[in-house]
Amino acid sequence: MTKKENFLKGFIKENPIFVFLLGMCPALAVTASFETSLGMGILVVFVLTMSNIVISSVRNFIPYEVRTPAYIVIIATFVTIVRMLTAAYAFDLYLSLGVFIPLIVVNCLILGRAEAFASKNRVLDSAIDGLGMGLGFTFALVVIGIFREFLGTGGIALGVYLPFFGPNEIHLQVIPEIYALNFFVLAPGAFIALGIILAFMQGRKAKRVRLEIEESKRIIAEKKQAALAKKKAAALTKEAA
Amino acid sequence: MVVATLNAMLINNVILSQFLGVCPFLGVSKKSSSAVGMSGAVMFVMIISSLVTYTIYALVLVPFGITYIQTIAFILVIASLVQLVEILIKKFSEGLYKSLGIYLPLITTNCAILGVAEGNISSIYSSDITFISGFTTAGFTALGTALGFGLVMFAFSSIRERLDSADIGEAWKGIPISLVTAGIMSIAFLGLKGII
Repeated sequence: MTKKENFLKGFIKENPIFVFLLGMCPALAVTASFETSLGMGILVVFVLTMSNIVISSVRNFIPYEVRTPAYIVIIATFVTIVRMLTAAYAFDLYLSLGVFIPLIVVNCLILGRAEAFASKNRVLDSAIDGLGMGLGFTFALVVIGIFREFLGTGGIALGVYLPFFGPNEIHLQVIPEIYALNFFVLAPGAFIALGIILAFMQGRKAKRVRLEIEESKRIIAEKKQAALAKKKAAALTKEAA
Repeated sequence: MVVATLNAMLINNVILSQFLGVCPFLGVSKKSSSAVGMSGAVMFVMIISSLVTYTIYALVLVPFGITYIQTIAFILVIASLVQLVEILIKKFSEGLYKSLGIYLPLITTNCAILGVAEGNISSIYSSDITFISGFTTAGFTALGTALGFGLVMFAFSSIRERLDSADIGEAWKGIPISLVTAGIMSIAFLGLKGII
Protein backbone atom coordinates (compact mmCIF):
# COMPACT_ATOMS: atom_id res chain seq x y z
CA MET A 1 0.00 0.00 0.00
CA THR A 2 1.43 3.38 -1.00
CA LYS A 3 1.30 6.37 1.31
CA LYS A 4 -1.34 8.03 -0.86
CA GLU A 5 -3.60 4.96 -0.77
CA ASN A 6 -3.05 4.75 2.97
CA PHE A 7 -4.20 8.35 3.33
CA LEU A 8 -7.20 8.13 1.01
CA LYS A 9 -8.67 4.82 2.18
CA GLY A 10 -10.57 6.41 5.07
CA PHE A 11 -12.74 8.64 2.90
CA ILE A 12 -14.97 6.21 1.02
CA LYS A 13 -13.58 2.69 0.82
CA GLU A 14 -12.94 2.17 4.55
CA ASN A 15 -14.99 5.05 5.90
CA PRO A 16 -15.32 4.52 9.68
CA ILE A 17 -18.97 5.55 9.90
CA PHE A 18 -20.50 4.62 6.55
CA VAL A 19 -18.69 1.30 6.09
CA PHE A 20 -17.46 0.06 9.49
CA LEU A 21 -20.16 1.67 11.67
CA LEU A 22 -17.57 2.73 14.24
CA GLY A 23 -18.08 5.77 16.42
CA MET A 24 -21.83 5.85 15.95
CA CYS A 25 -22.54 7.74 19.19
CA PRO A 26 -20.95 11.05 18.10
CA ALA A 27 -22.25 10.48 14.56
CA LEU A 28 -25.76 10.66 15.96
CA ALA A 29 -25.30 13.06 18.85
CA VAL A 30 -23.27 16.00 17.56
CA THR A 31 -24.48 16.18 13.97
CA ALA A 32 -27.46 18.47 14.56
CA SER A 33 -25.58 21.24 12.76
CA PHE A 34 -22.75 21.54 10.27
CA GLU A 35 -20.47 23.42 12.64
CA THR A 36 -20.68 21.05 15.61
CA SER A 37 -19.96 18.14 13.26
CA LEU A 38 -16.92 19.90 11.84
CA GLY A 39 -15.72 20.83 15.34
CA MET A 40 -16.06 17.26 16.59
CA GLY A 41 -14.26 16.05 13.48
CA ILE A 42 -11.32 18.37 14.08
CA LEU A 43 -10.98 17.15 17.68
CA VAL A 44 -11.04 13.52 16.56
CA VAL A 45 -8.45 14.16 13.81
CA PHE A 46 -6.10 15.66 16.40
CA VAL A 47 -6.59 12.92 18.99
CA LEU A 48 -6.36 10.11 16.44
CA THR A 49 -3.23 11.42 14.75
CA MET A 50 -1.39 12.17 17.98
CA SER A 51 -2.36 8.92 19.68
CA ASN A 52 -1.40 6.92 16.58
CA ILE A 53 2.03 8.62 16.55
CA VAL A 54 2.67 7.99 20.24
CA ILE A 55 1.34 4.41 20.25
CA SER A 56 3.33 3.57 17.17
CA SER A 57 6.54 4.96 18.66
CA VAL A 58 6.19 3.04 21.93
CA ARG A 59 4.72 -0.11 20.37
CA ASN A 60 7.84 -2.16 21.07
CA PHE A 61 7.95 -1.30 24.78
CA ILE A 62 4.35 -2.14 25.72
CA PRO A 63 3.83 -5.74 26.84
CA TYR A 64 1.16 -7.49 24.82
CA GLU A 65 -1.04 -8.36 27.83
CA VAL A 66 -1.51 -4.80 29.08
CA ARG A 67 -1.66 -3.05 25.72
CA THR A 68 -5.32 -2.02 25.90
CA PRO A 69 -5.07 -0.11 29.22
CA ALA A 70 -1.84 1.49 28.00
CA TYR A 71 -3.49 2.65 24.77
CA ILE A 72 -6.49 3.97 26.68
CA VAL A 73 -4.26 6.05 28.97
CA ILE A 74 -2.43 7.54 25.97
CA ILE A 75 -5.71 8.36 24.24
CA ALA A 76 -7.22 9.80 27.43
CA THR A 77 -4.21 12.10 27.81
CA PHE A 78 -4.76 13.62 24.39
CA VAL A 79 -8.49 13.87 25.02
CA THR A 80 -7.78 15.84 28.20
CA ILE A 81 -5.49 18.19 26.24
CA VAL A 82 -8.16 18.66 23.57
CA ARG A 83 -10.82 19.29 26.20
CA MET A 84 -8.78 22.07 27.82
CA LEU A 85 -7.91 23.63 24.44
CA THR A 86 -11.54 23.63 23.35
CA ALA A 87 -12.64 25.19 26.64
CA ALA A 88 -10.03 27.90 26.17
CA TYR A 89 -10.40 28.78 22.50
CA ALA A 90 -13.89 27.64 21.41
CA PHE A 91 -16.07 27.81 24.50
CA ASP A 92 -19.38 27.68 22.59
CA LEU A 93 -18.27 24.47 20.90
CA TYR A 94 -17.17 23.09 24.30
CA LEU A 95 -20.63 23.74 25.74
CA SER A 96 -22.51 22.30 22.79
CA LEU A 97 -20.43 19.11 22.53
CA GLY A 98 -20.63 18.66 26.31
CA VAL A 99 -20.05 15.11 27.47
CA PHE A 100 -19.03 13.96 24.00
CA ILE A 101 -15.56 15.49 24.30
CA PRO A 102 -14.49 13.17 27.17
CA LEU A 103 -16.29 10.37 25.36
CA ILE A 104 -13.75 10.53 22.51
CA VAL A 105 -11.75 8.23 24.82
CA VAL A 106 -14.17 5.37 24.29
CA ASN A 107 -14.74 6.06 20.60
CA CYS A 108 -14.23 2.63 19.02
CA LEU A 109 -12.57 4.24 15.99
CA ILE A 110 -9.54 5.49 17.92
CA LEU A 111 -8.89 2.33 19.92
CA GLY A 112 -9.61 0.34 16.78
CA ARG A 113 -6.95 2.16 14.75
CA ALA A 114 -4.47 1.84 17.62
CA GLU A 115 -5.07 -1.89 17.77
CA ALA A 116 -5.32 -2.59 14.04
CA PHE A 117 -2.75 -0.21 12.60
CA ALA A 118 -0.57 1.84 14.96
CA SER A 119 0.55 -1.16 17.02
CA LYS A 120 1.96 -2.86 13.92
CA ASN A 121 3.28 -0.08 11.68
CA ARG A 122 6.01 2.56 11.57
CA VAL A 123 5.48 6.05 12.98
CA LEU A 124 5.08 7.91 9.68
CA ASP A 125 2.62 5.38 8.26
CA SER A 126 0.61 5.47 11.48
CA ALA A 127 0.48 9.27 11.40
CA ILE A 128 -0.79 9.19 7.81
CA ASP A 129 -3.32 6.50 8.71
CA GLY A 130 -4.56 8.54 11.69
CA LEU A 131 -4.87 11.70 9.62
CA GLY A 132 -6.65 9.93 6.76
CA MET A 133 -9.04 8.01 8.98
CA GLY A 134 -9.74 11.11 11.07
CA LEU A 135 -10.50 13.15 7.97
CA GLY A 136 -12.72 10.36 6.68
CA PHE A 137 -14.60 10.43 9.99
CA THR A 138 -14.88 14.23 9.73
CA PHE A 139 -16.13 13.90 6.17
CA ALA A 140 -18.87 11.50 7.26
CA LEU A 141 -19.87 13.71 10.22
CA VAL A 142 -20.02 16.79 7.99
CA VAL A 143 -22.17 14.99 5.40
CA ILE A 144 -24.65 13.98 8.11
CA GLY A 145 -24.44 17.45 9.70
CA ILE A 146 -25.19 19.31 6.47
CA PHE A 147 -27.99 16.88 5.62
CA ARG A 148 -29.66 17.37 9.01
CA GLU A 149 -29.14 21.10 9.36
CA PHE A 150 -30.29 21.78 5.83
CA LEU A 151 -33.48 19.77 6.21
CA GLY A 152 -34.06 20.89 9.78
CA THR A 153 -33.57 24.64 9.46
CA GLY A 154 -33.62 25.25 5.73
CA GLY A 155 -30.08 26.58 5.57
CA ILE A 156 -26.57 26.45 7.02
CA ALA A 157 -25.33 28.70 9.84
CA LEU A 158 -21.64 29.63 10.12
CA GLY A 159 -19.77 31.26 12.98
CA VAL A 160 -22.09 30.18 15.81
CA TYR A 161 -19.78 27.62 17.44
CA LEU A 162 -16.46 27.75 15.63
CA PRO A 163 -14.32 30.88 16.03
CA PHE A 164 -12.55 30.73 12.66
CA PHE A 165 -15.57 31.60 10.52
CA GLY A 166 -15.22 35.24 11.57
CA PRO A 167 -16.68 37.24 14.41
CA ASN A 168 -20.19 37.54 12.92
CA GLU A 169 -22.74 34.79 12.46
CA ILE A 170 -23.64 34.07 8.85
CA HIS A 171 -26.90 32.32 8.00
CA LEU A 172 -27.14 30.92 4.50
CA GLN A 173 -30.90 30.48 4.23
CA VAL A 174 -32.07 28.53 1.17
CA ILE A 175 -35.59 27.47 2.11
CA PRO A 176 -37.73 29.75 4.33
CA GLU A 177 -37.65 28.51 7.89
CA ILE A 178 -41.39 27.77 8.11
CA TYR A 179 -41.01 25.10 5.42
CA ALA A 180 -38.12 23.36 7.20
CA LEU A 181 -38.61 19.99 8.92
CA ASN A 182 -37.60 20.83 12.47
CA PHE A 183 -37.85 17.11 13.22
CA PHE A 184 -34.41 16.43 11.68
CA VAL A 185 -32.62 18.56 14.30
CA LEU A 186 -34.24 16.62 17.16
CA ALA A 187 -33.15 13.21 18.47
CA PRO A 188 -35.38 10.97 16.28
CA GLY A 189 -34.24 12.83 13.17
CA ALA A 190 -30.65 11.76 13.86
CA PHE A 191 -31.50 8.07 13.60
CA ILE A 192 -33.68 8.51 10.53
CA ALA A 193 -31.20 10.79 8.72
CA LEU A 194 -28.34 8.35 9.30
CA GLY A 195 -30.61 5.49 8.21
CA ILE A 196 -31.42 7.28 4.94
CA ILE A 197 -27.75 8.01 4.21
CA LEU A 198 -26.67 4.42 4.99
CA ALA A 199 -29.51 3.06 2.84
CA PHE A 200 -28.27 5.23 -0.02
CA MET A 201 -24.71 3.89 0.38
CA GLN A 202 -25.93 0.31 0.67
CA GLY A 203 -28.18 0.70 -2.36
CA ARG A 204 -25.29 1.94 -4.49
CA LYS A 205 -23.09 -0.90 -3.30
CA ALA A 206 -25.79 -3.50 -4.01
CA LYS A 207 -26.26 -2.06 -7.49
CA ARG A 208 -22.53 -2.25 -8.18
CA VAL A 209 -22.36 -5.85 -6.98
CA ARG A 210 -25.34 -6.77 -9.17
CA LEU A 211 -23.75 -5.13 -12.22
CA GLU A 212 -20.48 -6.97 -11.55
CA ILE A 213 -22.29 -10.31 -11.34
CA GLU A 214 -24.14 -9.60 -14.59
CA GLU A 215 -20.89 -8.59 -16.25
CA SER A 216 -19.13 -11.80 -15.20
CA LYS A 217 -22.13 -13.87 -16.32
CA ARG A 218 -22.03 -12.16 -19.70
CA ILE A 219 -18.30 -12.86 -20.08
CA ILE A 220 -18.81 -16.53 -19.20
CA ALA A 221 -21.66 -16.82 -21.71
CA GLU A 222 -19.52 -15.22 -24.43
CA LYS A 223 -16.66 -17.61 -23.74
CA LYS A 224 -19.05 -20.57 -23.87
CA GLN A 225 -20.38 -19.41 -27.21
CA ALA A 226 -16.88 -18.90 -28.60
CA ALA A 227 -15.88 -22.40 -27.49
CA LEU A 228 -19.02 -23.91 -29.09
CA ALA A 229 -18.35 -22.08 -32.36
CA LYS A 230 -14.79 -23.38 -32.35
CA LYS A 231 -16.01 -26.95 -31.78
CA LYS A 232 -18.51 -26.60 -34.62
CA ALA A 233 -15.87 -25.24 -36.95
CA ALA A 234 -13.50 -28.09 -36.06
CA ALA A 235 -16.26 -30.66 -36.70
CA LEU A 236 -17.05 -29.05 -40.05
CA THR A 237 -13.43 -29.12 -41.23
CA LYS A 238 -13.18 -32.79 -40.13
CA GLU A 239 -16.30 -33.64 -42.15
CA ALA A 240 -14.96 -31.78 -45.16
CA ALA A 241 -11.71 -33.71 -44.90
CA MET B 1 -35.34 9.51 44.05
CA VAL B 2 -38.24 8.03 42.07
CA VAL B 3 -38.24 11.16 39.92
CA ALA B 4 -34.50 10.88 39.26
CA THR B 5 -34.85 7.21 38.35
CA LEU B 6 -37.87 7.74 36.06
CA ASN B 7 -36.28 10.78 34.44
CA ALA B 8 -33.14 8.85 33.57
CA MET B 9 -35.08 5.79 32.46
CA LEU B 10 -37.81 7.19 30.24
CA ILE B 11 -37.47 10.89 29.55
CA ASN B 12 -33.76 11.26 29.01
CA ASN B 13 -33.33 7.72 27.75
CA VAL B 14 -29.63 6.93 27.27
CA ILE B 15 -29.92 5.46 23.81
CA LEU B 16 -32.81 7.23 22.21
CA SER B 17 -32.32 10.78 23.38
CA GLN B 18 -28.74 11.03 24.64
CA PHE B 19 -27.18 8.71 22.03
CA LEU B 20 -24.95 6.89 24.49
CA GLY B 21 -24.28 3.19 24.01
CA VAL B 22 -25.36 3.12 20.39
CA CYS B 23 -22.64 0.59 19.47
CA PRO B 24 -24.03 -2.27 21.61
CA PHE B 25 -27.53 -1.07 20.70
CA LEU B 26 -26.84 -1.82 17.04
CA GLY B 27 -24.31 -4.60 17.53
CA VAL B 28 -25.77 -6.93 20.15
CA SER B 29 -29.48 -6.52 19.40
CA LYS B 30 -29.93 -9.24 16.79
CA LYS B 31 -31.28 -11.72 19.34
CA SER B 32 -33.29 -10.83 22.44
CA SER B 33 -31.38 -13.31 24.62
CA SER B 34 -28.05 -11.58 23.94
CA ALA B 35 -29.72 -8.18 24.36
CA VAL B 36 -30.90 -9.20 27.82
CA GLY B 37 -27.44 -10.51 28.73
CA MET B 38 -25.78 -7.31 27.59
CA SER B 39 -28.28 -5.15 29.49
CA GLY B 40 -27.72 -7.18 32.64
CA ALA B 41 -23.98 -6.71 32.42
CA VAL B 42 -24.36 -2.99 31.70
CA MET B 43 -26.73 -2.56 34.64
CA PHE B 44 -24.31 -4.27 36.98
CA VAL B 45 -21.25 -2.30 35.89
CA MET B 46 -23.04 1.02 35.46
CA ILE B 47 -24.34 1.20 39.05
CA ILE B 48 -21.04 0.14 40.63
CA SER B 49 -18.92 2.40 38.41
CA SER B 50 -21.15 5.45 38.95
CA LEU B 51 -20.90 5.05 42.72
CA VAL B 52 -17.14 4.49 42.65
CA THR B 53 -16.38 7.34 40.23
CA TYR B 54 -18.58 9.73 42.20
CA THR B 55 -16.78 8.79 45.41
CA ILE B 56 -13.37 9.20 43.80
CA TYR B 57 -14.31 12.57 42.35
CA ALA B 58 -15.78 13.96 45.56
CA LEU B 59 -13.27 12.51 48.02
CA VAL B 60 -10.01 12.36 46.06
CA LEU B 61 -9.92 14.58 43.00
CA VAL B 62 -11.63 17.64 44.50
CA PRO B 63 -9.70 17.83 47.81
CA PHE B 64 -6.39 17.52 45.97
CA GLY B 65 -7.41 19.97 43.23
CA ILE B 66 -6.68 17.61 40.35
CA THR B 67 -10.11 17.52 38.73
CA TYR B 68 -8.55 17.98 35.29
CA ILE B 69 -7.44 14.34 35.21
CA GLN B 70 -11.10 13.30 35.65
CA THR B 71 -11.36 11.56 32.26
CA ILE B 72 -8.15 9.54 32.67
CA ALA B 73 -9.05 8.58 36.24
CA PHE B 74 -12.59 7.51 35.33
CA ILE B 75 -11.65 5.39 32.35
CA LEU B 76 -8.97 3.60 34.37
CA VAL B 77 -11.39 2.99 37.24
CA ILE B 78 -14.01 1.63 34.86
CA ALA B 79 -11.55 -0.60 33.02
CA SER B 80 -10.21 -2.13 36.23
CA LEU B 81 -13.71 -2.43 37.72
CA VAL B 82 -14.85 -4.42 34.73
CA GLN B 83 -11.94 -6.81 35.21
CA LEU B 84 -12.66 -7.07 38.92
CA VAL B 85 -16.35 -7.73 38.35
CA GLU B 86 -15.46 -10.39 35.80
CA ILE B 87 -13.14 -12.17 38.24
CA LEU B 88 -15.66 -11.95 41.10
CA ILE B 89 -18.56 -13.24 39.03
CA LYS B 90 -16.43 -16.09 37.74
CA LYS B 91 -15.53 -17.07 41.29
CA PHE B 92 -18.94 -16.80 42.94
CA SER B 93 -21.51 -17.58 40.30
CA GLU B 94 -20.78 -19.88 37.40
CA GLY B 95 -24.27 -19.44 35.91
CA LEU B 96 -24.12 -15.66 35.95
CA TYR B 97 -20.66 -15.78 34.41
CA LYS B 98 -21.92 -17.95 31.59
CA SER B 99 -24.73 -15.54 30.77
CA LEU B 100 -22.90 -12.22 31.30
CA GLY B 101 -19.27 -13.21 30.85
CA ILE B 102 -18.80 -12.65 27.15
CA TYR B 103 -20.35 -9.18 27.34
CA LEU B 104 -18.19 -7.89 30.19
CA PRO B 105 -14.99 -7.14 28.20
CA LEU B 106 -17.07 -5.20 25.66
CA ILE B 107 -18.33 -2.88 28.37
CA THR B 108 -15.07 -0.99 28.92
CA THR B 109 -15.57 0.81 25.62
CA ASN B 110 -19.30 1.24 26.08
CA CYS B 111 -19.74 4.99 26.10
CA ALA B 112 -22.89 4.80 28.24
CA ILE B 113 -20.82 3.85 31.31
CA LEU B 114 -18.31 6.69 31.03
CA GLY B 115 -21.07 9.03 29.85
CA VAL B 116 -23.16 8.43 32.97
CA ALA B 117 -20.11 8.81 35.22
CA GLU B 118 -19.18 12.13 33.59
CA GLY B 119 -22.79 13.27 33.47
CA ASN B 120 -23.22 12.60 37.20
CA ILE B 121 -20.33 14.93 37.95
CA SER B 122 -21.56 17.78 35.78
CA SER B 123 -25.22 17.55 36.81
CA ILE B 124 -25.19 16.37 40.44
CA TYR B 125 -21.89 17.31 42.02
CA SER B 126 -21.66 20.72 43.64
CA SER B 127 -19.88 21.89 46.74
CA ASP B 128 -23.07 22.68 48.68
CA ILE B 129 -24.72 19.25 48.71
CA THR B 130 -23.58 16.62 51.15
CA PHE B 131 -21.61 13.63 49.98
CA ILE B 132 -24.35 11.17 50.98
CA SER B 133 -27.17 12.89 49.08
CA GLY B 134 -25.04 13.27 45.96
CA PHE B 135 -23.94 9.65 46.26
CA THR B 136 -27.51 8.34 46.47
CA THR B 137 -28.70 10.56 43.60
CA ALA B 138 -25.82 9.29 41.47
CA GLY B 139 -26.77 5.70 42.33
CA PHE B 140 -30.43 6.15 41.45
CA THR B 141 -29.60 7.99 38.23
CA ALA B 142 -27.37 5.08 37.23
CA LEU B 143 -30.12 2.61 38.13
CA GLY B 144 -32.65 4.51 36.01
CA THR B 145 -30.26 4.83 33.11
CA ALA B 146 -29.46 1.13 33.21
CA LEU B 147 -33.16 0.22 33.36
CA GLY B 148 -33.84 2.51 30.40
CA PHE B 149 -30.98 0.89 28.50
CA GLY B 150 -32.37 -2.59 29.21
CA LEU B 151 -35.91 -1.61 28.27
CA VAL B 152 -34.91 -0.13 24.92
CA MET B 153 -32.47 -2.97 24.14
CA PHE B 154 -35.13 -5.59 24.80
CA ALA B 155 -37.85 -3.80 22.82
CA PHE B 156 -35.50 -3.10 19.92
CA SER B 157 -34.12 -6.63 19.74
CA SER B 158 -37.65 -8.04 19.68
CA ILE B 159 -38.49 -5.73 16.78
CA ARG B 160 -35.31 -6.72 14.96
CA GLU B 161 -36.13 -10.42 15.24
CA ARG B 162 -39.36 -9.68 13.41
CA LEU B 163 -37.59 -7.45 10.88
CA ASP B 164 -35.28 -10.31 9.90
CA SER B 165 -38.12 -12.23 8.30
CA ALA B 166 -39.74 -9.15 6.75
CA ASP B 167 -39.49 -8.43 3.05
CA ILE B 168 -37.22 -5.39 2.80
CA GLY B 169 -35.49 -3.94 -0.25
CA GLU B 170 -31.78 -4.70 -0.42
CA ALA B 171 -30.78 -1.04 0.08
CA TRP B 172 -32.57 -0.90 3.44
CA LYS B 173 -31.77 -4.36 4.76
CA GLY B 174 -29.85 -4.60 8.04
CA ILE B 175 -28.57 -1.44 9.71
CA PRO B 176 -30.48 1.26 7.72
CA ILE B 177 -33.93 -0.10 8.50
CA SER B 178 -32.87 -0.69 12.12
CA LEU B 179 -31.83 2.96 12.42
CA VAL B 180 -35.18 4.12 11.04
CA THR B 181 -36.94 1.80 13.50
CA ALA B 182 -34.89 3.30 16.31
CA GLY B 183 -35.90 6.76 15.09
CA ILE B 184 -39.58 5.83 15.32
CA MET B 185 -39.03 4.43 18.83
CA SER B 186 -37.28 7.67 19.69
CA ILE B 187 -40.36 9.65 18.60
CA ALA B 188 -42.41 7.60 21.05
CA PHE B 189 -39.95 8.39 23.85
CA LEU B 190 -40.00 12.08 22.87
CA GLY B 191 -43.70 11.99 23.69
CA LEU B 192 -42.91 11.10 27.31
CA LYS B 193 -41.27 14.49 27.88
CA GLY B 194 -44.38 15.94 29.48
CA ILE B 195 -44.69 13.40 32.32
CA ILE B 196 -42.66 15.24 34.95
